[in-house]
Amino acid sequence: MKQHRLKRLYGVLFIVFCSALAFVLVYLAIRDNVNLFYSPSDLFENPPQGRNAIRAGGLVEIGSVRRATDSLEIEFIITDLKKSIAVNYTGILPDLFKENAGVVATGYFDKSKMSLDAYQILAKHDENYVPKEVKKALEK
Amino acid sequence: MFQVLKNFYHKLGSFPWFYKISGKVIPIVGFFSISLIVISSIWGLFFSPTDAVQGDVYRIIYFHVPAVSVSQVIYYSMSVAAAVFLIWRMKMAGVYIKSLAPIGAAFTFIGLLSGAIWGQPTWGTWWVWDARLTSTLVLFLFYLAIIGMQSTFTSRKSADTAVSIITLVGVVNLPIVKKSVDWWNTLHQPASISISGGSSISSEMLIPLLLSILGVYLFVFFTGLLFMRAEISSREQNKEWFKKLSSNN
Repeated sequence: MKQHRLKRLYGVLFIVFCSALAFVLVYLAIRDNVNLFYSPSDLFENPPQGRNAIRAGGLVEIGSVRRATDSLEIEFIITDLKKSIAVNYTGILPDLFKENAGVVATGYFDKSKMSLDAYQILAKHDENYVPKEVKKALEK
Repeated sequence: MFQVLKNFYHKLGSFPWFYKISGKVIPIVGFFSISLIVISSIWGLFFSPTDAVQGDVYRIIYFHVPAVSVSQVIYYSMSVAAAVFLIWRMKMAGVYIKSLAPIGAAFTFIGLLSGAIWGQPTWGTWWVWDARLTSTLVLFLFYLAIIGMQSTFTSRKSADTAVSIITLVGVVNLPIVKKSVDWWNTLHQPASISISGGSSISSEMLIPLLLSILGVYLFVFFTGLLFMRAEISSREQNKEWFKKLSSNN
């Protein structure tokens, strides 16, 4: 490669390097806030301080969902298969909410009871796509 | 072999050659891309099976995945063009970036919009500030910056140089978009298809998806050539070869 082009190649690499460095520094500064939610294990290790709302995520424990008969109130347990926390919520749930499926709950954490008073429930869906008929056949 | 590639590279930089060849390629690519998009849309919307978990709402995958996938590939190709422009001063690379940026922005927008429409019924929200969604929004903003920067210079050459630098700065965001779902806790699920093989989508659903991806890639090739020709004609309208071309027709 000719001398002046080589020099410009270094310039290009320098731009990409500086930009990457900037992204890494920003990431290091906000590291704790990049994750959308805490797992139950995180909450046991480092219970959140203060009264701000937090998000907790994991799987809805099988058999833990309890619905009130006269209101939209619901209680269930979020687990990461190591630790688990209780969640209560009043409102409409997303379509994909079900037992043993991913969920992210936003709300206020009660350290004494290790429970979350949620005001928003989001469902996570996994990367698997299976036709209805196939799934039925597999479950038989 | 190297000589052939070198010749091709030199030809690629020639406006008259590109103008001639692209005119022949455009109708063929256009035909195949639009047919593939129509076929895969009908297949995906009416004939592929209903998903066991999500029901019929999952069918928006046939628009969402091709759009976001192509928006990232366009940006990668633009950053290669940016490096070529800065190192070799190839004018065609400047034309490429200018022409492809609006297409990339459009597909990033379609990806964000279809994702929001998909998220509302399945996740329970239109938008959440998780790493995948936010980094995709950053990608969209980089596209807008590239488009906006074009018109802030009176000289074509300085505009192309500045735009190339901005493009290179933004390329660092792309691995973040790609790996965000693996590095952090996000609401968005991890990738369903990987190049290294394996897919967690059943094959009856996967085939129309791959067709729609191919269709959209070809569509970008098609519109990219059209936009580049338009850009070349506006830059070269006073050049001898272009005048000769238009007087012949």
